[in-house]
Amino acid sequence: MKLRIKFTKHGPVKFIGHLDIMRYFQKANRRAQLDVKYTGGYSPHQVMSFAAPLGVGLESNGEYMDIEVNSLTSCEDVRDRLNKAGVPGIRIVSVKVLPESAGNAMASVAAASYTIRFREGCEPPFDVDCAIKKFLSQEQIPVIKETKKGVREVDLRKGIYEMRTCENSIYLMVDASSCGNIKPQQVIRALYEQNGCSLDDFSLLITREETYTVDATGEKTEWIPLDFVGTDTPEDIE
Amino acid sequence: MSQLALSDEILLKVEKPARYIGNEVNAQIKQKSEVDVRFAMCFPDVYEIGMSHLGIQILYDMFNSMEGVWCERVYSPWLDLDAIMREEKIPLFALESQDPIKNFDWLGITLQYEMCYTNILQILDLAQIPLLSADRGDDFTYPIVIGGGPCSYNPEPIADFFDLFYIGEGETRYEELINLYRQCRDAHLSRREFLRRAAKVPGIYAPSFYEVRYHPDGTIASFEPTEEGIPATIVKEIERNVTDTYYPMKPVVPYIKVTQDRVVLEIQRGCIRGCRFCQAGQLYRPVRERDVETLKKYALEMLKSTGQEEITLSSLSSSDYSKLPELIDYLMEECQKQHVNISLPSLRIDAFSLDVMSKVQDVKKSSLTFAPEAGSQRLRNVINKGLTEEAILQGSTLAFLGGWTRVKLYFMLGLPTETPEDIRGIAELCNKIAATFFEVVPKDQRVNGKVQIVASTSFFVPKPFTPFQWASQCTKEEFLEKAYFTRNAISEQLNQKSIKYNWHEADASVLEGVLARGDRRLSEVLLKVYQKGCFYDAWSEYYKHDVWMQTIKECGLSVEFYTHRERSLDEILPWDFIDCGVSKAYLKREWEKAKQEQISENCKLKCQGCGAARFGTGICREHFQADGEE
Repeated sequence: MKLRIKFTKHGPVKFIGHLDIMRYFQKANRRAQLDVKYTGGYSPHQVMSFAAPLGVGLESNGEYMDIEVNSLTSCEDVRDRLNKAGVPGIRIVSVKVLPESAGNAMASVAAASYTIRFREGCEPPFDVDCAIKKFLSQEQIPVIKETKKGVREVDLRKGIYEMRTCENSIYLMVDASSCGNIKPQQVIRALYEQNGCSLDDFSLLITREETYTVDATGEKTEWIPLDFVGTDTPEDIE
Repeated sequence: MSQLALSDEILLKVEKPARYIGNEVNAQIKQKSEVDVRFAMCFPDVYEIGMSHLGIQILYDMFNSMEGVWCERVYSPWLDLDAIMREEKIPLFALESQDPIKNFDWLGITLQYEMCYTNILQILDLAQIPLLSADRGDDFTYPIVIGGGPCSYNPEPIADFFDLFYIGEGETRYEELINLYRQCRDAHLSRREFLRRAAKVPGIYAPSFYEVRYHPDGTIASFEPTEEGIPATIVKEIERNVTDTYYPMKPVVPYIKVTQDRVVLEIQRGCIRGCRFCQAGQLYRPVRERDVETLKKYALEMLKSTGQEEITLSSLSSSDYSKLPELIDYLMEECQKQHVNISLPSLRIDAFSLDVMSKVQDVKKSSLTFAPEAGSQRLRNVINKGLTEEAILQGSTLAFLGGWTRVKLYFMLGLPTETPEDIRGIAELCNKIAATFFEVVPKDQRVNGKVQIVASTSFFVPKPFTPFQWASQCTKEEFLEKAYFTRNAISEQLNQKSIKYNWHEADASVLEGVLARGDRRLSEVLLKVYQKGCFYDAWSEYYKHDVWMQTIKECGLSVEFYTHRERSLDEILPWDFIDCGVSKAYLKREWEKAKQEQISENCKLKCQGCGAARFGTGICREHFQADGEE
């Protein structure tokens, strides 16, 4: 049985990288004494899948991890036990049972939304509202992307699904799929450059708000949070 | 915890920021209003190394179990953060509270290897605590800086930087020491008066109350307390009952991968073997086993509280633990149920260990390890290493038949009395093991068709409180010559293609030798090399050999004096004021027997009268009881 676990990441643990978060949960699952399914062999490991990796320094309200279990008390019990076994900065907000047909967390990711704030004294020296309107009016936003293979040009525009100001911050929803993933810093950097400014990544305080998958079952394609796929009890699936 | 000591800007700039944020599972947080003694426990190396050390975990658990005491951890900031902290004058902080160390009551530093000595100065410097004990004033403004661990058995090279040293096992005297501190502080006595009283607590050495005089040739003329009532000899402290004492049931679980990333079960303390080069084998006498039922309970409890996916056993010689089969059978059964890996320590290779290894490891991927330490039986007798060629070849035969094809061998070069013949023995032994493989494994059953023998040599550094404490250490040139000789001897072997040879760098072994048997005059050298930018000497990429050699000269001292010179038996050695449990008479006997190529039986077979029996515990007590029954 597959479970999808939604968690938040705040405070000092934002400095824990993605691979270490995976290691954290391997141990947390054991401390919580969940009946997790293991692979065989000399070094058995837990069957786990994480949605989109979160960069070091970013906080989140919408992280996801899938695990496979052999048995289940209840979703609430799993949530409570994991919270008891965990550190304060990592909170489990929901546990859902996934239908057998559901793809794993990593493969399901299509988009992610972010709130971007500016550190005190690092606010942009231009009218953000205006700049975003102009920014989005372009058909293409070419940026240079450095990869292991070299430098290439990519277009950001088609991967920006939503971008607007919201009080003193910017709300951003972008492509987070494995083939078109966009980092929020890339978008803000392009916005700055278009306004003749350079961006120090450190100016930004970024929180990922939610991670989405595509729901193609209805009449029109919709973004839905990853945990909308699951249900609260195994019976609901049958 | 509310606030980190380092800003986001810094944490985003440095490598592995998780080293500095604390907040790990099982880290101990206490209310500041409920504690009156703050203790910072330091391992002066990077987080991943320090977090792997069992001793600190035991003491961390012990201190935090004391009412009113909050013990926190601190490690050496890596070079990137070190530079930022100096630049921005950020005081070194403890991980749990993120508060500056300089405001603590105590700074305890564990001394696990000589090459970390400059990192002690880095810690003090970043903490903004005066480097020299003498500069710390006469009140309790600065923490009391105390050292402990194996290197405190010759604390003299670092004596000037410490207020106190704790000689021996930490479980016994800290509570008394902390209470004494409380009394003196609360009665507004002077720092000096506290140190004076502390110097009278058993096991505690306060270097500022002792004076060393030297002969013109540099050897020690006298080593004496400067005041009446300060003990002339410090007897090591020992935990007599290792079962009924502190053990961390909730070890801290690091976020990042550390060197020893698993539950560690210390099954016994001490070793029965008496290898003559081994310092730990003398320091931790007598061997004391932990009760097997207690260990089983500890294992389950720690796995549960940490969620670790691997467990290992710790001791100097696990094969000698009397209940090993019972313990391993139990762990194998429990661990399989819980999907926990067992990482086996180096066991003596025999039918039992091979059977266990085949159950918990992938035979095709794992390798066997032997530590003959010397290439010939003659030299193995000199060092009292009881491993015979016959046992190695028998173990190899069993292993090859069981499917293993990789063998690792550890040797030392530069052992006392070593001849070219002994070194050639290393090559010949490797060759014989390879030949055994081709002999016992039929061609069609050979995995990958070949056998892989990896021989590694380290350079022998004589250590205090071993029978070799008087011996001459080889020079760098001699070391390298021996390594080349070994390489050539291996290349002359019939099966040379199956043998790979690695050797250590010689530079660091020279310095290790200086510091290991050094005296108080080396404190000045340490201070100077540190001021010239030396630290992280244990990391070969940062070790600046030339700066060290130059500075030793500048201070009017010589490497030759500390390393190459053979000491006479009546010389006062810098560590003679410490009584580590084994007597000097015994060490002399062993040194004589070594020169005569005579072995000494292990403690289980026959008591060698080393002197540790006076502690009335462990194997000595078993002997005593057995004798009584006769």
